[in-house]
Amino acid sequence: MRHWFNTIWNTRGLARWILVAGLVIVVAFVVLALLAPWVAPYEFNQSKVDGEKLPKLAHPSGDYWLGTNDQFYDIWSRVIWGARTALEVIFLSVAFSIVLGVPLGLVSGFVGGWVDRALVFVMDSLYALPSLLLAIVFSFLLRGPLGGGIVAAALSLTCIYIPQYFRVVRNTTVSTKEAVYVEAARAIGAPPRTIMRKYLFGNVVQSVPVIGTLNAADALSTLAALGFLGFGIQPTEASEWGYDLSRALDDAQAGTWWPALFPGLAIILLITGLTLVGEGLNETLNPALRRRRLIPVQMPAMRADDAIDARNV
Amino acid sequence: MPTKPETPAPTGPVTSTDAVVEAHDLEVHFALQGSALARLLGRRGRTVKAIDGVNVALRRGEVLGLVGESGSGKTTLGRAILGLVPATAGSITYHGRDRGDVVVSELGSRDLRALRTSMQMVFQDPGAALNPGMTIEEAIGHPLVIHRKLKGAELRTRVCDALERVGLSPVERYLGKYPADLSGGQKQRAVIARAIILEPEVLIADEPVSMLDMSVRAKILQLMLDLKDQLDLSYVYITHDLASAKYICDRIAIMYLGRIVEIGPSDEIFANPRHPYTKALLKAIPEPDPDRMLPRDLPRGEIPDAAVPPLGCSFHPRCPVAVQECGWESRDLRTLLEEHWTRNPGATYDAERDMVGDLGKLDKPELSAHLGVTDSQGTLALLNRIRAENPDEPFWRGVAGIEDDGNGVRLEFHQPHDPALRPAGGVEVACVLYPDERENEKT
Ligand SMILES: Nc1ncnc2c1ncn2[C@@H]1O[C@H](COP(=O)(O)OP(=O)(O)OP(=O)(O)O)[C@@H](O)[C@H]1O
Ligand code: SF4
Ligand SMILES: [Mg+2]
Repeated sequence: MRHWFNTIWNTRGLARWILVAGLVIVVAFVVLALLAPWVAPYEFNQSKVDGEKLPKLAHPSGDYWLGTNDQFYDIWSRVIWGARTALEVIFLSVAFSIVLGVPLGLVSGFVGGWVDRALVFVMDSLYALPSLLLAIVFSFLLRGPLGGGIVAAALSLTCIYIPQYFRVVRNTTVSTKEAVYVEAARAIGAPPRTIMRKYLFGNVVQSVPVIGTLNAADALSTLAALGFLGFGIQPTEASEWGYDLSRALDDAQAGTWWPALFPGLAIILLITGLTLVGEGLNETLNPALRRRRLIPVQMPAMRADDAIDARNV
Repeated sequence: MPTKPETPAPTGPVTSTDAVVEAHDLEVHFALQGSALARLLGRRGRTVKAIDGVNVALRRGEVLGLVGESGSGKTTLGRAILGLVPATAGSITYHGRDRGDVVVSELGSRDLRALRTSMQMVFQDPGAALNPGMTIEEAIGHPLVIHRKLKGAELRTRVCDALERVGLSPVERYLGKYPADLSGGQKQRAVIARAIILEPEVLIADEPVSMLDMSVRAKILQLMLDLKDQLDLSYVYITHDLASAKYICDRIAIMYLGRIVEIGPSDEIFANPRHPYTKALLKAIPEPDPDRMLPRDLPRGEIPDAAVPPLGCSFHPRCPVAVQECGWESRDLRTLLEEHWTRNPGATYDAERDMVGDLGKLDKPELSAHLGVTDSQGTLALLNRIRAENPDEPFWRGVAGIEDDGNGVRLEFHQPHDPALRPAGGVEVACVLYPDERENEKT
């Protein structure tokens, strides 16, 4: 951890700006999402105030900053609640895929043999399928048992990303388990579980955070695509940008641009932010690409009497 | 056609009463995976005979050196003793002080792990032997945690004690450090501390100083000797540096291609080396850089392929004093021709290439080899020319007959003899030049 932090802190140049710009965008969305109940003027599915309907398709104005849409919803509120949905789904899907993919990869790489071959086959097959198709299939399958909420959406995205963590962790495990310190662990009598936990885990998960941030951007676009196609989160469960965008398309053709523009902008902005963070981290943490600030080493001029002084101190 | 090895001595000079660990007819063969296609066709991959019939005992309280060039199987023998690689044949027996006799080669993984409290290993590269993500305190105490011996304050006390023993004091300076913060010598001390913390009886030290700076080598060796006396340890000391072996070992086993070719007290080995390979190694000692020890006296430098070792005595292709039954065979003929062409300018090769025919035929070890296509006379003349270049070449001693068979010549080699270790003076040596004293008794 300490090591990562130092590496990131010491980055210079383009990588640093990419990282900072990305972080600013992402943090802005996170703050909006966290403060949604206070910032958003209305609930995500609130179309009435005191029994009176909000105006339909009202222009952006002082009352409704981003206007209202055809469902009598306030678009500013929908965008804020949508940020919450998006970040929740992203966080859950990345967390689920790490929690499942990392141990699977570790065990598969360490145990080897037919277990490894079977898992690699399954994961490669998942990886080979188009991810949107996979997500649609899983969201159909999960809609029954889990309903059409955030957890179901996160899980159907999880299936797309598990293979990436699995692959990276499995391959690093295969090479790391040949290290002398793993042999040394066996020599002191460590059982396989201990070897995996104490000797391999910490050394094979180093690239996981980078994959996580890169996947976050991808997860958001897949979520929006699902919502757009009508396979995503049910409109009754939460506000979701992709769904709003798809509903707004007809109005947009009729010249009502605001219901489509703002969810679309939100999607693009958050994807950009997450991608910048991911690329920035990749650039800094990936040793092949890393270009660190070079501090020239300055040797103090050493004279003979200095040396003697130093010894006397 | 492999040569049948002689049956080894039924009892060597070591009786099992004073042995801590014994290897008996030990073989460790590694199956190399062939190409995917070969596996699909059901062809079995090649096998590397890393250990090929070793009988050796480590006596209680001694330092036994395993010396040999790279690839001779030293590390594999050490790992096999610990049960870190399975024996494919033969057995390893541990005569524990309070554990009784244990046949290591038959233990299941749980019992093997329990055995780790008695036998430990020190590795060649201290930089790689410690988990980069563990502090020194964690790393050294981990064996005690794994074997559920100690925890909490007691654990810490023992770790500090071990650190002090290996000279890493004041201990507070080292407990929280990561391996990357330590020098090579300090790391090796930490590795040694981890190895002794379970109070083992046997320590396998695999080239423990070869990656360290010259200045700390002697200190680490001295540390190991001190620990041996303080903790009643027995060592297997693996090295390819004879100078350090002379310093630390009571007995030395010289290894070549998975076999022990000479074993005996260090003094005797150094004063009076018997095996031609040992002699060559000893001539190589005063190299400026002991890591690059290359036997100087050997006519041909290549170490043969351990997957298909030479017939007879596996040292014969490099042995300057080899005799007729040392195992001469078709591959030696190929080497002979190739060396001839290396010595002589390219034109010779072009002119002579056709006289010998397909050299690939010679790659299979056979006691009978065919050379040439039609011009038998030319082939014969070529062989005579090569012989005239170096009449003392040991190869010719192994040729039983050369015969013109109409479309080339056929060379017949003498029946090979695979010498087992036999007593010779104060040592045991595997070389036909030393008549087997036991066989003489029989006749
Ligand atoms: N796990 C393994 N799989 C396949 N072959 C192996 C394995 N371990 C060792 N070998 C082979 O066994 C032979 C002996 O290797 P070993 O490491 O024991 O030699 P060594 O004497 O320790 O050499 P060095 O001085 O280079 O350490 C070599 O040919 C090596 O390639
Ligand atoms: S048996 Fe002895 S003489 Fe013959 S090749 Fe081997 S070492 Fe040389
Ligand atoms: Mg070795």
